[in-house]
Amino acid sequence: MNLQASPSLRSAGRPRRSMPGFGLSLGYSTVYLSFVVLLPMAALAASAARLDFEGWIKVLSDDRVISALKLSFGSALFAACVNLVFGPVCAYALVHFRFPGRRALDALVDIPFALPTAVAGIALASLYAPSGPMGKAILELFGVQVGYTPLGVTLALIFVGLPFAVRTLQPVLRDLDGEAELAAALLGADRPRIWRRVIIPSLAPAMVTAFALSFARGAGEYGSVIFIAGNFPRLSEIAPLLIIIRLEENNYAGASAIAVVMLLVSLSCLVLINLFQALIRRRLGYA
Amino acid sequence: MRDDLVLSAGDRPDVKQPASGGDGPLLRFFLILITWFFLSIIVLLPLGVVFAEAFARGSSVFLSSLVSRDTLYALGLTLTVTAFVVPANMIFGLSAAWALTKFDFPGKPILLTLIDLPFAVSPVVAGYVLVLVFGPSGWLGPVLSELGVKVLFSTPGIVLATIFVTFPMIARPLIALMESQGCEDEETALSLGAGGLRTFLTVTLPNVRWALLYGGLLCTARSFGEFGAVSVVSGHIRGLTNTMPLHVEALYNDNKVAAAFAVASLLASLAVITLIFKFVLERRLPDGVQGPERLR
Repeated sequence: MNLQASPSLRSAGRPRRSMPGFGLSLGYSTVYLSFVVLLPMAALAASAARLDFEGWIKVLSDDRVISALKLSFGSALFAACVNLVFGPVCAYALVHFRFPGRRALDALVDIPFALPTAVAGIALASLYAPSGPMGKAILELFGVQVGYTPLGVTLALIFVGLPFAVRTLQPVLRDLDGEAELAAALLGADRPRIWRRVIIPSLAPAMVTAFALSFARGAGEYGSVIFIAGNFPRLSEIAPLLIIIRLEENNYAGASAIAVVMLLVSLSCLVLINLFQALIRRRLGYA
Repeated sequence: MRDDLVLSAGDRPDVKQPASGGDGPLLRFFLILITWFFLSIIVLLPLGVVFAEAFARGSSVFLSSLVSRDTLYALGLTLTVTAFVVPANMIFGLSAAWALTKFDFPGKPILLTLIDLPFAVSPVVAGYVLVLVFGPSGWLGPVLSELGVKVLFSTPGIVLATIFVTFPMIARPLIALMESQGCEDEETALSLGAGGLRTFLTVTLPNVRWALLYGGLLCTARSFGEFGAVSVVSGHIRGLTNTMPLHVEALYNDNKVAAAFAVASLLASLAVITLIFKFVLERRLPDGVQGPERLR
């Protein structure tokens, strides 16, 4: 039962005022959400509104803030790109091929989602620190330091974004189930053409979603990153950490400004994919 | 009545492999190799190192770090927080799903967006906004401290921060499942004379039990592991507001690496157990209900 394929349920049998409990359930949900989400978000808006235009310029033109935002968004973007390459490969292999260890690998994909971020953080840090086994090997082989650099941050964000990339694509690949491929082959298309004209286009919407989710999650990530980042100001200090530092300095205006910027970017990211998906759905004719 | 859904979820395409003989053996070998390599480096290696480091100094160090006073306190605090968070989110999830799937009303998209919001918010921002409300110069902080209620740097703050980051995990699968199930079962029960509460308890609740359990499982796992949001509101007071992940951080920063990994391995084992249960539960849920990582 695919939800996307059954929007008819949405309109069928609807005015349903005969059901009991409307006031209670809606009232309770609204109160809960107001207290848990709306009130804190309003407090953030109020705190940010206390800054005038010049205040915003002053906070956001600080080069420490700029490099922190650049690092968080830049490495999240880069990590999302890496996952956009390897995510589809993993998803395709896990869905379409039978090979030794397939089930184990499939289960592993969820680990970054289930493993507490602090645990992932110290594991990555001890692996990729210049003295750690992987960090040392990479430093000796390629002369590149991973731990305590932006590269380490990116690596942690690849880890964090992986489940989003693979899990978003797997159901789409399963639904392909070879029929369209077979039809294309029967009509005389060769394999590269089938990849280009059938497999990749049907994956494209899910790939956009995977990219956006991976990016939005990565930009705000804290726990998995701070240990491997080393947190050197202007070099490997991520934006969420700078919020905490500003808060500890009692600089609420500075903290709120960074928080608002981060929130706006992730929110617009999620709004864009929702719009994009609605557009795709309408074009494919099951809106 | 809904057994058809459950059954059709049981033989999800995992089992019947799509025939994809189209790709040549070389490409096939190459793609499998990349998958093995990438997942091993990115996921298996960090997971393995947690357990390797935990036992690196021998099992006596491992055991003594697990039964130390601070660790046991952190475990107790984490369990307490989870015991508040999960039931609160379950009640909210059921209530929101009932309102959103049984009725039409203006402002529905707003409610749905609010439920999705925590996925777009950095955990640190989630903690920070709570400081803005409950902090000493916040909206409610001064009032509450006059009443003698301490939210920040104590358990209520940690509970609130955890609720903020976890509540969609229960609400979303419930909304998706109840949307797909429609209202027919409830309408039948009501027309046969059952009251609203009885209909909910004997018809709706059994219908959604797996989704409720599934969300509860994910919510529990995240409550155990939440770090960023809790880190901001807790104040890091050892033996008082340190949850398990904060305790791991404190040990690691104190250079007690073996102890940090011992506690971390406990959390990692719980994560693995969570995934096993998640896998079992997903077979009982229709496609499209699982995974908070999946958008509708």
